[in-house]
Amino acid sequence: MRPQRLVQGNEACAHAALYAGCNFYAGYPITPSSEVMEILAQEMPRRGRVFIQMEDEIASISAIIGAAWGGARVLTATSGPGFSLMQEGLGYAAITETPCVIVNCQRWGPSTGQPTKGAQGDVLQAIWGTHGDHPVIVLTASAVRDVFDMTVRAFNLAEEYRVPVVLLMDEMVAHMRENIDWPEPGEIPVFERRKPADPATFKPFGGDEFVPFGTGARFHVTGLAHGPEGFAVADENAARELKRMVGKIRDNVLKLTMVDRYRLDDATIALVAYGITSRPAQSAVDLLRDQGIKAGLLSLKTLWPFPDDAVREVARRVETIVVPELNLGQLVREIERSAAGMCGVIHVGRVDGHLLTPTQIAQGALQQEAVRA
Amino acid sequence: MSEDYRRFLRLNQLPHVWCPGCGNGMIVKSLLEAINELRLDQDRVVVVSGIGCSGRTPFVLDFNTMHTTHGRAIAFATGIKLANPELHVIVVMGDGDASAIGGNHFIHACRRNLDLTALVFNNGIYGLTGGQLAPTTPMGKRSTTSLGGSIEPAFDLVRLALGAGAAFVARTTSFDHKQCTSLIKRAISHHGFGVVDVLTSCPTYFGRMNDVAEPYDMVHYLRDTSAPAHDSACDHGPPPDTSLLPTGIFRDEERPDYAVLYRQKIAAATSERRAS
Ligand SMILES: Cc1ncc(C[n+]2csc(CCOP(=O)(O)OP(=O)(O)O)c2C)c(N)n1
Ligand code: SF4
Repeated sequence: MRPQRLVQGNEACAHAALYAGCNFYAGYPITPSSEVMEILAQEMPRRGRVFIQMEDEIASISAIIGAAWGGARVLTATSGPGFSLMQEGLGYAAITETPCVIVNCQRWGPSTGQPTKGAQGDVLQAIWGTHGDHPVIVLTASAVRDVFDMTVRAFNLAEEYRVPVVLLMDEMVAHMRENIDWPEPGEIPVFERRKPADPATFKPFGGDEFVPFGTGARFHVTGLAHGPEGFAVADENAARELKRMVGKIRDNVLKLTMVDRYRLDDATIALVAYGITSRPAQSAVDLLRDQGIKAGLLSLKTLWPFPDDAVREVARRVETIVVPELNLGQLVREIERSAAGMCGVIHVGRVDGHLLTPTQIAQGALQQEAVRA
Repeated sequence: MSEDYRRFLRLNQLPHVWCPGCGNGMIVKSLLEAINELRLDQDRVVVVSGIGCSGRTPFVLDFNTMHTTHGRAIAFATGIKLANPELHVIVVMGDGDASAIGGNHFIHACRRNLDLTALVFNNGIYGLTGGQLAPTTPMGKRSTTSLGGSIEPAFDLVRLALGAGAAFVARTTSFDHKQCTSLIKRAISHHGFGVVDVLTSCPTYFGRMNDVAEPYDMVHYLRDTSAPAHDSACDHGPPPDTSLLPTGIFRDEERPDYAVLYRQKIAAATSERRAS
């Protein structure tokens, strides 16, 4: 029989990082992400890998970026207040095309907010939080096994595209315990860093290969606008580099899109959800179906680059899209933009620190039905 | 025989951006002399900087180089060194970089004692942004944000580093080139976190704001406001209280650095894992 384990979301995240070959973790404790760090504090030295607790989150993200250029596969985990501090480093990782993974177990904000209450309030910050146009990949997870898979995926994409990848969890999925099939080594593919044939002539930017410091290439890394050699550029050269960096994510949106579809084939109402909210949304679909309403669910696992095609394809076929989120309306704006008037889009938000229930989501959808009838 | 230091320079990145008379070039010369005398493998040297005039140092150096964000160079360097302990990681920072925005990283690095060398290019002012007050601007001195003279006491970076627990702490000036080279060399050879506070001249801002605008006068100002307190060969102790800023070595302690202790932790954890 396959090995099963009853684990918490944060535990799955930490073990998935080990599975993905993460060998450097730097972090600063914060609820509700601390278990990731506590587990890695134990497990990393046991495997001869590096764990360090830094003095704050700015130091943590800076340290993982440094470690990536030192040759490591790197992770940090945090929550809202720490994620805000990490925006500086996130921008640096983006412009220096540094593979790194940042886990944000979202909690109710702004500011200290409600440390032990979950939310989905950091979605736009994860996409746009650091200044300037920049490349980033944002993923979510809605179940404990999903956390495992998406964490490994986050490492793979960080390496493949040489970008920071943000995995948006939330307090609920972080602290939820579920019995999961424990992946065997080799079961989930782990992407190996692409190495240039000749490190000595390696150009640090502009390609998808990567060599760390100390291999003989002797290059320059900077947060200033730079060309392929790493030295400062301006004007149209700066524009070209920025477009290339943003383009490597934007142009690969189809490859990067990960969605789950549930009972969508004949649906007239589509719920579009992500993260923990996909769970009650799926039950809401069943509730609505029991009442004879043709509902379905599109569950987004990739939030950025935004899966436009997947949403558009649904918008074309349904009368209404319902977007349940644990915020006052964030991803719904992207969804409205994608739907572009092809169907109605309504938002069902909840911000009291509790999960939306299937009934609340179904009711939100039904009200819309009533308006239309 | 005189050495040809051009092999350490990225000649295609010259000229550098520093003003005529800036002390930074002298510190870089000392750094290259130290690296040369220690025969460090060029491929294994990493120079990490923050943001500032001082932050421009790595651009022209033919090592592995990283120009990070303002104040965070030490945190980046911590990651580099722990990921690959074989590398010689040298951090160059401005005084604002190291003790204002990066003050937290600085004191924790002193406490943590990872084997890094931290050079502070201490011109007592914010150079790159145009001459504003720094935490190191001496009381009474003028800057573009303290035109009437600073009313804040300045940080003494040596005392700060000593108080925070740094294992090697020294101060020198870009005026005293020999001492500068020898102390940087000592800091690099030291196992653990080594700090060298290098007082340096910024004629453009500190000088113009404080009546020492001529580069030559600015160098004399450095000479006349500092004094060797300790012969770098002899021992040490806290800086004496004089109106002159003492130079020399104020602590030189060999104790297991962070990487050594971490390796012990790995050894304990792996044997425990094997036993279980
Ligand atoms: C987060 C952030 N805040 C402010 C700045 C603007 N800034 C650049 S360099 C600098 C200070 C420069 O002074 P110092 O660190 O002493 O270095 P110097 O230029 O004198 O070598 C400041 C405030 C910045 N780059 N980043
Ligand atoms: S402004 Fe001052 S510190 Fe900056 S390059 Fe000019 S002289 Fe040097």
